Amino acid sequence: MNFFDFVIQYWPRLLAGTGTTVAQFFLAAILGVSIALMMGLMKLSSNRLVRGSAVTYIEIFRGTSLLVQLYWIFFVLPLFGVTIDKFTAGYVAVGMNIGAYGAELVRGGILSVPKGQWEAALAINMSPAQRMRRVILPQALVNMLPPWGNLMIELLKGTALVSLISVADLMFETKQINGSTFLSAQAFGAALIIYYVLARFMVTPFMRWLEAYMARKMGRA
Amino acid sequence: MLDMSGFPIELSGENTPMVSFRKVRKSYGALTVLDDLDLDINAGEMVSIIGPSGSGKTTVLRMLMTLEQINSGVIYVDGKPLTHMPKGGQLVLANERHLRSRRADIGMCFQHFNLFPHMTALENCMEGPVQVLGLSKAEARDRSEELLELVGMIAKKDQHPSRLSGGQQQRVAIARALAMRPKVMLFDEVTSALDPEVIGEVTNVIRGLVSEHNLTMLMVTHQMGFARDISDRVCFFYDGKIEEQGHPSELFGNPQRERTQQFLSAVREAV
Amino acid sequence: MFDWKWDFAWEILPRLITATGNTLLAAGAGYAIALVLGLVLAIAQRTPYRGVTFVVREFVEFVRSTPLLLQIFFIFYVGPQFGIRLSPWMSGMIAIGLHYSCYLSEVYRGGIDSVPKGQWEAAIALNMTTVQKYRRVIIPQAIPSALSGMGNYLVGIFKDTPMLSVIGVAELIHTANAIGSEHYRFLEPFTMVGIIFLAISLPAAGLIRLIEGRVRRKLGLK
Repeated sequence: MNFFDFVIQYWPRLLAGTGTTVAQFFLAAILGVSIALMMGLMKLSSNRLVRGSAVTYIEIFRGTSLLVQLYWIFFVLPLFGVTIDKFTAGYVAVGMNIGAYGAELVRGGILSVPKGQWEAALAINMSPAQRMRRVILPQALVNMLPPWGNLMIELLKGTALVSLISVADLMFETKQINGSTFLSAQAFGAALIIYYVLARFMVTPFMRWLEAYMARKMGRA
Repeated sequence: MLDMSGFPIELSGENTPMVSFRKVRKSYGALTVLDDLDLDINAGEMVSIIGPSGSGKTTVLRMLMTLEQINSGVIYVDGKPLTHMPKGGQLVLANERHLRSRRADIGMCFQHFNLFPHMTALENCMEGPVQVLGLSKAEARDRSEELLELVGMIAKKDQHPSRLSGGQQQRVAIARALAMRPKVMLFDEVTSALDPEVIGEVTNVIRGLVSEHNLTMLMVTHQMGFARDISDRVCFFYDGKIEEQGHPSELFGNPQRERTQQFLSAVREAV
Repeated sequence: MFDWKWDFAWEILPRLITATGNTLLAAGAGYAIALVLGLVLAIAQRTPYRGVTFVVREFVEFVRSTPLLLQIFFIFYVGPQFGIRLSPWMSGMIAIGLHYSCYLSEVYRGGIDSVPKGQWEAAIALNMTTVQKYRRVIIPQAIPSALSGMGNYLVGIFKDTPMLSVIGVAELIHTANAIGSEHYRFLEPFTMVGIIFLAISLPAAGLIRLIEGRVRRKLGLK
């Protein structure tokens, strides 16, 4: 069966799988960005306990692989009484993993804001929270966007692992089709192309647009 | 801990200075930057601080703005302690809350302007009044536009800092600081980063402030001519201490101390 | 609930250690392939032939934008479809080697780009051949700045080896799964696997930072 016939016959399943992948992507992205912001800020705290917790989280999630984390959350956590359904376990694991890497980007972005900005905010007597929210973070955001683009691609690729706990995403559907038809080249080939299209023609352009948008808001365009 | 009993909880009386440094010390490790400094600045006075680099001049301003922590001594602003707070009849190091309440009396302009790049000139000026003073947007806008008018930047109020020249940015920075209605204004080498042809823009604004407003001002500068013109008093700093101070005509015209003479002649030669 | 059985943990430790050895072997072999192939890809992108650079560039982007897991499946299953039988080990090695060669090619490119233009010109002025130019002048200077990236990807490969379990390679996760299924206890095997990963990747990351600092100082670049 040639490639085009394959696509014509199996596109509903591929589309369904892609839908799940995209859903996992967005949910993991939201969780990941939130965790990254939280951990990045915590790591900059002067409170040793707060900083230590952030460092611990980041080192654990960066030091072990996503697969191990995924299995742990789905298989081992129930033994502690915390049972999560596989769909949730999927994006939670990916999100927590990405959050650890993103925390470093957030920290780097904040540290790259010139010292004079911190001082100017203090000179008009802003509270630390106001200073972070109104002056530092907006500037940090612009600085950290380019590496976040790469991280978003890693996130997309990471969602493929949730197929291993039987979440019906693109990877899973493709494996199923391969299992029943043995049309490996067509099935996996189609999946490769779809992931590529998602990454190169959707995620990357969106991140570039976001960078341009933020630059304009900063009056820098 | 240090014996704080020598420092009153409050300065009172008719001639209470607006700013008072009492035995202030600041060191970075082994390096002493300010050495038992005593300095009084009266309300409405315009004081220029000059001296070689490393003499501690900028540190004086930065400590007043609470950007640096004091090592010993007390700084008073408007009679009340800035760096310390009263507790049980004695002075203890101020906590963040006390600092925030006292900091409101002081404003500062920096050598590198430090305008917020993601806001327009107007938004920069409105930021403090709205976020910190709690003014309504409309009130803040009125105040800010008035001040931008004062510094001659009203036409560019909707521009971002990246579109403004150095002199223009510095003028907006002055408006931003004034918008907080401080009692004391600090100018930290505000013309040192400017091209020569635009220095005049900024010095004229400061000149205007001196003549028309009753602000207490403290200015670190290398512009000797300007300092001579507008100051009520000039302090020459050397090695963390005030080497000599006095009326500009006296200090510039007839410096008494050898170091002052050396410094002034070196500066004159450079011009 | 939380009831850790120490004797069970001790019992399965030898098996996990063997699996760790397998994992390190797989990581090492994959990395070796990636190191060499990555350099080829990096240099290929610097040739003056537009067709070559375009194809290589697109290939690198394609491999970097798609999941490693999918690539592993592709190589393992597509072979037989066309008559080529690849063992799980071989497929895994090739997939990891290929995937990471694309990442490493970017690291190399960054390193090569960071070599000042004057060095290239000096090499040309001395009439060096291309091979000599790269071997004697460019690559030695490109290595230090590429080192941290290279080191990080070694750690990354090690952490990605669990994916090979899906095609049956007896590495750590596969073994942990097997143990879990055999004894109906997943807590000890998976936790120990997690600890083993941390115990290897964290010091490795630290070691890489150390080596990078040493090499920089040695070459007088610090």
